[in-house]
Amino acid sequence: MDLLEYQGKQLFARHGIPVPTGKPAATVDEAVAAADEIGYPCVVKAQVLIGGRGKAGGIKVAQNTDEARTHADAILGMDIRGHIVHQVWIEEASDIKEEYYASVVFDRSASSTLMMLSKEGGVEIEEVAERNPSAIARLHVDPLLGFQGFHGRRLAFDAGLDADLIRPVGAILAQLYEAYVAEEAMLVEVNPLVVLGDRSVKALDAKVTLDGNALYRHPDNATLRNPGAEDAQEQMAKERGLTYVKLDGDIGILGNGAGLVMSTLDVVSLAGGKPANFLDAGGGSKAEAITSAVEVILSDPKVKAVLFNIFGGITRCDEVANGLVAAFHQINPQVPFVVRLDGTNDVEGRRIVAEANLPNVETATTMLEAAEKVVALAAGAPA
Amino acid sequence: MSVIVGTETRLCTSGITGREGTFHTLNNRRYGTNVVAGVTPGKGGQDVEGIPVFDTFAKAVDETGANTAMVFVPPPFAADSILEAADAGIETIITITEGIPAHDELRVFNHLQTRHPNTRLIGPNCPGVLSPGKANVGIIPAQFFKEGNVGVVSRSGTLTYQIGNELALRGFGNSSIVGIGGDPVPGSNFIDIVALFQDDPQTELIVLSGEIGGSAEEEAAQYIKDNVTKPVVGYIAGVTAPPGKTMGHAGAIVSGSSGSAAAKIEALEGCGVRVGRTPTEVSDIAVQILGS
Repeated sequence: MDLLEYQGKQLFARHGIPVPTGKPAATVDEAVAAADEIGYPCVVKAQVLIGGRGKAGGIKVAQNTDEARTHADAILGMDIRGHIVHQVWIEEASDIKEEYYASVVFDRSASSTLMMLSKEGGVEIEEVAERNPSAIARLHVDPLLGFQGFHGRRLAFDAGLDADLIRPVGAILAQLYEAYVAEEAMLVEVNPLVVLGDRSVKALDAKVTLDGNALYRHPDNATLRNPGAEDAQEQMAKERGLTYVKLDGDIGILGNGAGLVMSTLDVVSLAGGKPANFLDAGGGSKAEAITSAVEVILSDPKVKAVLFNIFGGITRCDEVANGLVAAFHQINPQVPFVVRLDGTNDVEGRRIVAEANLPNVETATTMLEAAEKVVALAAGAPA
Repeated sequence: MSVIVGTETRLCTSGITGREGTFHTLNNRRYGTNVVAGVTPGKGGQDVEGIPVFDTFAKAVDETGANTAMVFVPPPFAADSILEAADAGIETIITITEGIPAHDELRVFNHLQTRHPNTRLIGPNCPGVLSPGKANVGIIPAQFFKEGNVGVVSRSGTLTYQIGNELALRGFGNSSIVGIGGDPVPGSNFIDIVALFQDDPQTELIVLSGEIGGSAEEEAAQYIKDNVTKPVVGYIAGVTAPPGKTMGHAGAIVSGSSGSAAAKIEALEGCGVRVGRTPTEVSDIAVQILGS
């Protein structure tokens, strides 16, 4: 789960990491009130989960109330590369002298925690890694040992920090690591970490990704919502406990098991089609879950045809077939379906589908055949 | 021969008295797996259709000589259960549980590596291991697979069944089918399992089924080039997955330019591994290599 900048900064503040004073706002009036309270100059920052906000005009400095109103009015509702701005963060302006980069990363390939520090902040770190890899100091922290003082000193000295900054930056690195462990984050990134005119150091941005599987231990984090980050279908699927990802095509996909569904998307694309979604109905999918999933898929108006690709293991094909039949009775879909049932109880499942004699439902015996049929149907041709 | 589970397996299920735990343990026993014990704290002394239940792994190991654990307990308790099994001296721990917090996995992985270097963890979030004709530990539907010479290692459950079924339709059987799971910190990775298949006399062809996210496939590619003499066929799911979206499995996400299917396919092919574009093409390549 990705946090918005201000949610990340509030999390930082709880762990003692210095951040500029600020307030979130969802309306122009709230934004102006927040700006008046914080004082001028202040910065109006769009809260969206995508980079390049500044270039898109989503970050503006306000010198007075009128400017705060003008900027908040322009930024709220703005579309930044497909992300609508529903909230702004009003923050005191900072007297920036230097821009650094710091991060704590859950490093899957090393099964460890990676920490990075660089004096070249304020730009994409990937760009620095490409152009000047030696500018990034990096080291792994043994998860069984945790962050030690020497880790901070090594990063700070390796990154080439001035002597007076070794101690404060080391302290912030320790706090970032502490926040990463305590909140069970997959990523904690500060870009830029700024040095101000008085040589104090602050986190001017916050990028935090939390582990969705650990949210049950963090009820406060679990309630953080990012309006606009999910579209209507994704929201609906989440409420129904389905694993759904919206894509931009017109062929609805339902399968069981993440790997098989990913493979189904690929095979449909190879057959010349464009999937509208990823939907994993999960292991042991019961009839009600299938009906519910069909509703989610069809709530996307772009969907012109639907493919069911099931290889039953724990999932039983007769359950899936019953769910499909129930869905037809309840919502009477107007688009054609292609159904491929293989694996546990497949003969029974196919019999149920055949006997229900549903309108617009084709069956297929293999994944490839099913993909070709659904692509033809979506294109308006008879399968 | 086969890998990880076989006729020498003495299985103890953690969470045996839960609904799923009972169902799959009995299923595994019906297949022929030697199930010797179960663990549920507080239910020691009971039995599940004749399988004795113990309060602790230590007791189960002492009294039954269990050497393999299957972990079925819910995510909040799974890491603890894995650590308990390792502490009791169990050397093969197969964890089916999905949804274990990543930081728990990180701590468990590093602890096992440091303190229990001979303990092999498979999973979490995996379908288990099937050695057709010998033993099944987990939830793989065994009826679709027969004994043979193809070893399969995969990050996904149902996709493994799909690929295994395509191979079966061409007449191939399997030495073992190993699901390593779709989580960010798998206990065993592709390299660990490919190395076992390389040393397994029954295995003549290795199928490696990967997906987007992480770099385990790229690392396996280099390992195969340097160490593996048996033919390997690859498959990667998620070619069309959009970046930044988690595709069902916690570990299946393309982050920036890393973890993409294209990069994995390129790495495998660059190391001499032929990669099928569809599960069907994987079996086509298997036929070309082994003959039909």
